[in-house]
Amino acid sequence: MDNSYDAIMARKNEIIKNAVGMDFDKFENPGIGFDYEKMMEATGYTIDEIRRVQSLFSIGNTPLIELKNLTELARKCAPEGKGARIFIKDEASNPSGSFKARRACTSVYQAKKLGYKGVVTATSGNYGAAVACCAAMAGLKCIVVQECYDSKGVGQPEIIEKARKCEALGAEVVQLTVGPELFSTVLQLLEETGYFNASLYTPFGIAGVETLGYEIAEQFRAKVGKDPDVVVCTNAGGGNLTGTARGLRKAGCKAKVIAASVNLSGLHMASDNQFNKKSFTTGHTGFGVPYTVNPDHSDVPRSAARPLRYMDRYVTVTQGSVFYITECLASLEGLEKGPAGNTSLAAAFRLAQDHDRDQCIVVQETEYTGAGKHINPQLSFARQNGIDIHFGDPKDEVPGKSIILPAHPSLIQVTDLDLDHMRKSRIKRAVGTHKDELTDEDIKFLVEETNTNEQFVRDAIASL
Amino acid sequence: MARKGDWVQIHNVVLPPEERSSALPEDTKINPLEMWVKGYLQEDAEIGEVAEVVTRTGRHAKGEVVKVNPYFEHNFGFFIPEVLEIGNTVRKITFGGDE
Repeated sequence: MDNSYDAIMARKNEIIKNAVGMDFDKFENPGIGFDYEKMMEATGYTIDEIRRVQSLFSIGNTPLIELKNLTELARKCAPEGKGARIFIKDEASNPSGSFKARRACTSVYQAKKLGYKGVVTATSGNYGAAVACCAAMAGLKCIVVQECYDSKGVGQPEIIEKARKCEALGAEVVQLTVGPELFSTVLQLLEETGYFNASLYTPFGIAGVETLGYEIAEQFRAKVGKDPDVVVCTNAGGGNLTGTARGLRKAGCKAKVIAASVNLSGLHMASDNQFNKKSFTTGHTGFGVPYTVNPDHSDVPRSAARPLRYMDRYVTVTQGSVFYITECLASLEGLEKGPAGNTSLAAAFRLAQDHDRDQCIVVQETEYTGAGKHINPQLSFARQNGIDIHFGDPKDEVPGKSIILPAHPSLIQVTDLDLDHMRKSRIKRAVGTHKDELTDEDIKFLVEETNTNEQFVRDAIASL
Repeated sequence: MARKGDWVQIHNVVLPPEERSSALPEDTKINPLEMWVKGYLQEDAEIGEVAEVVTRTGRHAKGEVVKVNPYFEHNFGFFIPEVLEIGNTVRKITFGGDE
């Protein structure tokens, strides 16, 4: 068999069809769109069934913790009367140490049900540990493929820790140097092993995250007696936000959903030289922005993670601010967690200062921490790589050159990304060369894709 | 020298530079795509020699033997004084000073 990059990629659709047990072609509409809800329903599981499956894996029902001291700190930085209550969903309490357990569980359960002997997943993040963890419980084999090293063989400590954890949970870890060809390696492994593709982006994965949003609504109502005003989600590939927002909606919760990513603008994600100049390997704009405007460039033909459909606002925070807030969480709340999951917490800390004191903001995840995956080793690694770390104003931070720890917590800011601009980019991407052939059904698809209205979509198309 | 049955790490070039994806920045394109996996060595081999391993999932994979009994060395990093300072600062603002 021809295993060159192009040859493997040419077999992509057939390999994925065999490896997900789902024919994505049947969701395609005649024009540019596809039936997203039909694809989501094709999992065959209701949210109640997914909750039942997750409980079999001891996943979910994680604590919702009010961060009273961090709220107090935000109030000291806020104008009179401002400073919303900040809550955090302690997803690190899941078996694999992050919300990703929810995302992995449904895929692994489905793989087991369909008779696959193992699962393969492409991830350098917490998802690998989640798949390995669920596969261990289900008695399936597991291969995790990571982008881990630069061309000098230097690995990001955060990713190496995840390799360790995957191995500890019984997985085989395949480690690669920098490059998007990771996906062709995954396809080749799927073909070789006949395992299930536990992709981050299948409907199974995203449906698994819906329980997180649903639980937030339920727990919040029980604890506070109302719905939260805002839910902040760290955004990378978009699945976290998509699943959470869908779950909130299923629970009838109208909280605003705000996406937050670490600002890594200026760094190229496929750059060998810059790979170890970034101090965050996920939750950053390098994934968050492209996956928002073009969700369908993952390892499945149509991604179930479509964050633009659900986000009300998209903000960025700096690396230094996230490290800072991670230390605040330890020092003020006694909760030592991994930094990447605290991206949304840094945003929430600032957003709280714009909201009234009786309003409530939920940060919907924490992640486990450990060697390599912790504020101290990540700052240490950055310093070793020549990154200038100092106290100052985070707005002066230059990704890849400096990490500026706020000289005072009031200096933590959020920067809004232009959502309308991203919506127009999404439309441009989806329309491609079909501008003159668009049907009413296509327009309806674009309205849903961008969470806008017909006028917005028609204006955007006219300006192409 | 690695012995048959040893747990080893092997290294492979998956794609030489000329066979890599065209959509890569220059600094990445000049390098091959490399891969490391671990498994039980199937025959005695010198370090640097190509040999076959059987991985945790039972896959047979071939590559240059690079390490015998590979282990993780990542840790909590060097002392970062700023981390202590953050804690001190925010505790003081939130809870007040010693007085």
